[in-house]
Amino acid sequence: MFKLNRMFHKLLSPESYYRFAGRLVPWLGWSCAILMIAGLIGGLWYSPPDYQQGESVRIIYVHVPAAWLSLFGYMFMAGAALVGLVWHVKVAESLSMAAAPVGASFTFLALVTGSLWGKPMWGTFWVWDARLTSELVLLFLYLGVIALYNAVPDVRKASRAAGILALVGAVNVPIVHYSVEWWYTLHQGPTVTKLDAPSIDIRMLIPLLLMALASTLFFLAVVFTRARADLVRRERDKRWVRELVTADGGRQ
Amino acid sequence: MIRRTALHACAALLRRDLRLAIRRRSELANPLLFFAVVITLFPLGVGPDPARLSGIAAGTLWVTALLAVLLSLDSVFRADFDDGTLEQWLISPHPLPLLVLTRVLAHWLTTGLPLVLLAPLLGVFLKLDPHASLTLFWSLLLGTPVLSLVGAIAVALIVGLRRGGMLLALLVLPLYVPVLIFGAGAVDAAASGLQPTGQLLLLGALLVLSVTLAPLAGAAALKIATE
Repeated sequence: MFKLNRMFHKLLSPESYYRFAGRLVPWLGWSCAILMIAGLIGGLWYSPPDYQQGESVRIIYVHVPAAWLSLFGYMFMAGAALVGLVWHVKVAESLSMAAAPVGASFTFLALVTGSLWGKPMWGTFWVWDARLTSELVLLFLYLGVIALYNAVPDVRKASRAAGILALVGAVNVPIVHYSVEWWYTLHQGPTVTKLDAPSIDIRMLIPLLLMALASTLFFLAVVFTRARADLVRRERDKRWVRELVTADGGRQ
Repeated sequence: MIRRTALHACAALLRRDLRLAIRRRSELANPLLFFAVVITLFPLGVGPDPARLSGIAAGTLWVTALLAVLLSLDSVFRADFDDGTLEQWLISPHPLPLLVLTRVLAHWLTTGLPLVLLAPLLGVFLKLDPHASLTLFWSLLLGTPVLSLVGAIAVALIVGLRRGGMLLALLVLPLYVPVLIFGAGAVDAAASGLQPTGQLLLLGALLVLSVTLAPLAGAAALKIATE
């Protein structure tokens, strides 16, 4: 047990994470690029226009993956924060805070693409619809975490405080979602938002799934890279970082 | 030396907090004055038309109560952080979440409860009918403790920071969304002649959830802030 624990600890040390992620990120990046190109070609050329929405349906190939990643990113951030808080794993703290701005960007992207699509479809940029509202609250939760992280001077304290906020938010996200949904059903809502969902055409489904997968890989590649840079910055006084720098300096 | 149990400590803490609050009466009145003044601004802003006022009454009263609680949050841990009492909390043998819960209770008794009692009166200003005013009372009675509890977590996170005011609003307000929706929803339902029981029960559920979880999160936040 002790041995296992030590192995685990070693695997999660900033240094070994740095090496491991350094090897992993190119794989993630290249597979993301290939899948994204395939998904975009499939989505923009080979998928049919929608019978009602016409060509503007093609925005879903960006919008749906962004919305999915806004939630996945929050779960990733809160999960890593939990690991960091409970087991004091530096790598997890770093990963959690590296995920926050990326997840916030995807949330913002989902809101922007959604309202761009909403203008021709619903006739308005913004509706106080359940999903839109909970997505907006999600963005505010992300921004709160980022603001708290930036406000606390000590970096470890900052990431642990922001981690607690992320966890409180994680409890709150489902409550917000359902409260907004009930609020919306209690009010009389605009009926334009009630889209009937026909079973999706396979030529649309495949590019959509490709794009979702590619975006997830993109998210992971960016977060892993950000966490690597962050760890080097946090551990700049440690020996492994100094060795890293001098080794690179020797090569040049 | 007499060994005192955790409950004794909590009772002593509550007594001390309440006594301090009573000695500083003007501070006690500030959230109430804020509440009354802001509610007075709304008829001046949107016009005195009774139909329009009763239309926005539920949301206005709830949002204003929420902001009054937000503005009062800073005092929850500030003084004790500055003079080192929080560190004594940490090294005391009593469970920190219990102390946090007691402090939140004191905060609610001195800010939340007066707001709850004042709100139906201000409902008259906004042409809220008596049935809806009663619902407003119940919804605030269930909802304001949640606001104090959740707010205590956020204020514990930033207690060490010098300028936390704006940040506190950013951290807290998104977390208040469900309480606002159910609270204002209950009053709206009562004003349009429906049963507000569903929303009130959901507010009760939120209260139970936050009473159980918020002290733990608040204690963890205090530990980080004082380490």
